[in-house]
Amino acid sequence: MSAPSQKHRQVTNFAIFLGPAILLLFLFFIAPVIVDIGISFTDLGRDLQFHKVTTANFERMVTRDSRLTKTLGITFLYVLGTLAFFNVTFGLILSLATTNVPDKLGAFFRSVWLLPRMSPSVVYALMWIWMIDPTERGLINQVLSFAGIPEFDMMNQAPLMLIILVNGFIGASMGMIIFTSAIRSIPEHLFFAARVDGAGFWSIIWYITLPSIRWPLSFITVYQTLSLMVSFEYIWLITNGGPFYDTTVFALYVYKRAFENGQYAYGAALALILVTLGILASLLMWRFMDMKRMLQDPRIEVH
Amino acid sequence: MARIELRNVSKVWDNVVALEPTNLSVADGEFVAVLGPSGCGKSTTLFILAGIYAPSKGEVLFDDQVVNDVEPRDRNIGIVFQSYALYPHMNIRDNIRFPLKFKKTEKEEAMRLVEESAKLVHIEEFLDRKPSQLSGGQQQRVALARALVKEPQLLLLDEPLSNLDATLRMSMRSEIKTLQQRLKITTILVTHDQLEAITMADRIICMSRGKIEQIGSPKDLYENPSSLFVASFIGAPPINLLEGVASQEKLNLNKGSIILNHAHQGKLTLGIRPENIKITKDIQGIKSRVGLVEPMGRETLYVLETTIGELRALVPESAPQWGQGEDIFCQFEKESCLFFDTETEKLVSNLRLVAIE
Ligand SMILES: Nc1ncnc2c1ncn2[C@@H]1O[C@H](COP(=O)(O)OP(=O)(O)OP(=O)(O)O)[C@@H](O)[C@H]1O
Ligand SMILES: [Mg+2]
Repeated sequence: MSAPSQKHRQVTNFAIFLGPAILLLFLFFIAPVIVDIGISFTDLGRDLQFHKVTTANFERMVTRDSRLTKTLGITFLYVLGTLAFFNVTFGLILSLATTNVPDKLGAFFRSVWLLPRMSPSVVYALMWIWMIDPTERGLINQVLSFAGIPEFDMMNQAPLMLIILVNGFIGASMGMIIFTSAIRSIPEHLFFAARVDGAGFWSIIWYITLPSIRWPLSFITVYQTLSLMVSFEYIWLITNGGPFYDTTVFALYVYKRAFENGQYAYGAALALILVTLGILASLLMWRFMDMKRMLQDPRIEVH
Repeated sequence: MARIELRNVSKVWDNVVALEPTNLSVADGEFVAVLGPSGCGKSTTLFILAGIYAPSKGEVLFDDQVVNDVEPRDRNIGIVFQSYALYPHMNIRDNIRFPLKFKKTEKEEAMRLVEESAKLVHIEEFLDRKPSQLSGGQQQRVALARALVKEPQLLLLDEPLSNLDATLRMSMRSEIKTLQQRLKITTILVTHDQLEAITMADRIICMSRGKIEQIGSPKDLYENPSSLFVASFIGAPPINLLEGVASQEKLNLNKGSIILNHAHQGKLTLGIRPENIKITKDIQGIKSRVGLVEPMGRETLYVLETTIGELRALVPESAPQWGQGEDIFCQFEKESCLFFDTETEKLVSNLRLVAIE
């Protein structure tokens, strides 16, 4: 084949194979960010009119928004708590537990844990609202009173715990599924060898299982951090950020400012923080968790 | 060091019978080879001995103690898996040291032992590499080092040499053998390479379809196979097998026939090894014509078309040689002729060849 036509072929291949992905990336990521940046330098408000180009939004953000830092703090605790207790740790425990019992039983437990993920969010939220009802009608209080413990108003007494529980019970299932399939793909002979070499149940988990699934582990951590940072669906449905601002995570705060108070331009400016945080988090994890290697090869360690 | 015994041990998976009820005993310090084709239950037997699989029925004994309920880690065995099963995330040093971790060996002592067993199998220069950075043969040797490092009382080897090249395989064969004799570890070697079994083992266990066909010394199995399976599985080039029907003292084979020492009725299969056939010009024996000629180095393999069927004969270099198409006669060493019942595939041990018609 002659050189020019080969070059032509390369360009065509590039367009065919990467074109759609690049187009999507542009449409759904880059374009919105550009629009967002644009809006953040205006005074777009409830009337949906631009009056002037201004940096007032950023000044307000830095100097006058006392909610902002508090909200960021709550977001940090919320993401960390949900990840540490549920989406990674509990997901891992579930996958380890269900792969160490007979297959059918394991599959049953995994499906049970998938149910919340499959039910519509409103139903799931309603279920929680009923569970945490502060009166004796609430499920948790019924159980507590049965055990002779005084009534507990989770929404007001431990709101952060509530949103971590709500999101964690749903979020654990994704880790569970990924970890389970990763554990399944570890060659059986490795476990046999470890058992012969003297390792017990816990040593096998520590020395064989965990190192073999460290790539899926870092993937889930990265993915869930990013997804927890931007989602607020259940919080919005159950606590709506309350009591007061106690469960207003950053994404919800942006939403409230923009859509509930009609301060679209200020919301756009706030959203930029989210975008920046998202990019920073990805970069940090890219650096520390070696995401680069993870994205290159299939990383479930077998041979 | 341990004496091993299987009593009526069987293994059934859902509906696959991997191992029929089996009895076996291996003496202290003995080296036995389990030989058989793929899927005959070799690995299953090994895993039952290791305690990785629980037998469906029967008892496993180490030194006369039933060990059915003893965990693999408490059996003090070393095992080399068919797939090596090296831990991919650990370097070679940590791989070999892994068993010592659980024996609470002092760190310095452990390091010394690791070096020592790495030297034993010539992999000391790879200690800092990951398993994926080694060739198949090197990985196999690491697996061997890991199995040996804890000085087990029983060594189980599941095709430990299958990935080595011919030269290395030969030297590893004699090294394992020497090692085994020096350490006097009871060793069970699984292989489907008969040469490996013959050269290394004191005794060979020949298996087929989940059953032990025969146990004996290499010579035993070669000269007195108890069944058609063993006769045809052992020996290369393989034994000649000719099917025929016997009536009285006569066994009709193809267009020819031979005379037996006893009267027999029914289908028989004659087995004769290629090296037990002599080719001559004397008009005595079976009339044959030389077909293909395959020089094999020190010997030549002749494919002969005879009145009783096609035969392969192995002729040493020193004997007279023949050309393709030549008319010759072949003679059998009478005491080397084996007769099997074609239906049951078992040896009919009292039959002998008396004469060729
Ligand atoms: N975990 C299992 N579940 C179901 N059947 C199995 C299992 N392991 C082995 N088998 C069956 O048991 C039989 C014996 O298997 P085994 O692994 O012992 O063969 P092998 O002699 O080691 O063969 P190879 O030389 O190919 O390694 C085979 O038919 C196999 O399909
Ligand atoms: Mg096998």
